[in-house]
Amino acid sequence: MRNPQLNKHGELQHLLTIDGLPRGIITQILDIAAPFTEVAEREVKKLPLLRGKSVFNLFFENSTRTRTTFEIAAKRLSADVINLNVATSSTKKGETLLDTVDNLCAMQADMFVVRHESSGAPHLIAQHLENTGRDHIHVVNAGDGRHAHPTQGLLDMYTIRHYKKEFHNLTVAIVGDVLHSRVARSQIAALTTLGVPEVRVIGPKTLLPTDVEKMGVRYFASMEEGLKGVDVVMMLRLQNERMNGALLPSPQEFFKVWGLTAEKLALAKPDAIVMHPGPMNRGVEIDSAVADGNQAVILPQVTFGIAVRMAVMSMLGSH
Amino acid sequence: MQLPDAEQLIATLAESMRPKVSADTCLVGIHTGGVWLAERLHALLGLSQPLGTIDVSFYRDDYSAKGLHPQPRGSKIPFDVEGAHIVIVDDVLYTGRTTRAALNELFDYGRPARVELAVLIDRGGRELPIGASFCALTLPEALPAGQNLQLERADSGALSMRLIHA
Repeated sequence: MRNPQLNKHGELQHLLTIDGLPRGIITQILDIAAPFTEVAEREVKKLPLLRGKSVFNLFFENSTRTRTTFEIAAKRLSADVINLNVATSSTKKGETLLDTVDNLCAMQADMFVVRHESSGAPHLIAQHLENTGRDHIHVVNAGDGRHAHPTQGLLDMYTIRHYKKEFHNLTVAIVGDVLHSRVARSQIAALTTLGVPEVRVIGPKTLLPTDVEKMGVRYFASMEEGLKGVDVVMMLRLQNERMNGALLPSPQEFFKVWGLTAEKLALAKPDAIVMHPGPMNRGVEIDSAVADGNQAVILPQVTFGIAVRMAVMSMLGSH
Repeated sequence: MQLPDAEQLIATLAESMRPKVSADTCLVGIHTGGVWLAERLHALLGLSQPLGTIDVSFYRDDYSAKGLHPQPRGSKIPFDVEGAHIVIVDDVLYTGRTTRAALNELFDYGRPARVELAVLIDRGGRELPIGASFCALTLPEALPAGQNLQLERADSGALSMRLIHA
C-alpha cells in the first residue's frame, strides 16, 4: 500500500505521523530546518517560499504554543494565515469536519494545520482531499488524540541533533505518561527510525500502553534504574485532566516517585540534556531547579520548533 | 568548445575590480561556485570585511516547479548590510534569475548603499534586465540552453571550468 503521506514521486504530500516516514524524509526535514533558524536574526524575518498561499490553522482542541509557532512559521514563509477558532465556529452548529474542510477549500486554502481530539482526523481530511482530486492541498497534523504529534517529534529530533550531533550512539529516556501521550509515540517512532540504539521509557505501569515494548523500547519501572547513563531525558507532561481517575494517586506522590529532580538527573551522563514539550507542570513531572537549570533545553526546543515547522510547510508547498 | 582557464580568469577579474573597491567593500558569494570565487577574490584584493555567502534556494522563482534543494546551506551575512558597498560574486552569469534572487535576499538584511555584480563568465541567455559590473570573459555566442557551465574545485583547491551537457 502506498504511504498516504507521500505523493507518487516519493515527496512529502501530507505530514500525518512519523510512523512509517522514511528516514531520508526525516533527515531532509532536519537539514532544511537548519538554515531557517537564522532567519530570525535578519532585519526582515521573512522568506518568500509560501508567498500567495493560504494556511488555515484548524484547531479543534486548545493549544497556544503549537498554534502560535505554526502561525509564526507560516508567516515567516510569507503565507497568509487564517486562524479558525473552532469553539465558536460552525462545528458547534452541527457542520461535519469534512464540510468545514470543503468550505475552506472553496476559500482557496492551500494548507491545513489540524489539531483534533480524535485520533485520525487529519488522516481523514487528507484522504478526503485525495478522493476528491485536490492534491495541491496539504495537511499537517498538529496533534490528533493519542495518536501522533509529528512536528513535536521532529523538533525534538532537531534539538537532539543540535546538541548531540549524532543519533547512533545515544541512549534516550522518555519519562512519564506515555499512555496518553501522542508526543511520546511520535518521539519513539522518530528515535527508532533515526537509529538511536537504546530508547527507554520510564513511568508507572498504569500510564504505559500494554504493548509498549513492541514499539522497540526498553521499559524501566524506576527512575533510578532508567536514568542511569542516558544522554537525553525527554519528560512528558502529566495530563492533569487524567489525575482524577484511578490511574494515579496525587500530583505530590507522582512527583516523589517520577518527578525529575537534580538528584535523579545526576544519574544521567553529566552532559545529558533535559527536554519537555510543554506546557510544564512544575513540581509534578519536573522540579523547577531542573526546568530552569543549565541542562534544560526546553526553550530552545520552542525556537527550533518554528524552523522545523517552516521546513515541513516549505517542503509541502514546493509541489 | 575550448574551455577558458579559470585561474587566469580569476586573476583578470581581480585586477579589473581592484581600482573600484575599497577596504570596506563587502563580497557576497553565491553558493557554490560563487563562494569559491569570492574566497579567492577576497584574498587577492585584501579586503577587510568578512566574506558573506548566499544560498538562494529560498528565493528562487522556480521553487514551486523544482522544489526545495534537499540540503540548503543557508546564507551568512556577517557584516552590516545597511549602507554597505556590496559586490555579489557568481561564477557564471546566465538568465539573471539567480542574481535577482540574491538581490532580493540581500535586501531582507538591510539597505545597501551600492550593489555590484562580479562574474567570471557571461554566457549570454539573459531573461532579466541584469548585467555584470565586472566580468572576466563574455562568450561571443550564447551557450545553448541545454548546456551547463560551472566552476569546479579540485581537492587541491584549484578551480577549473566544466561544461555539462544536460
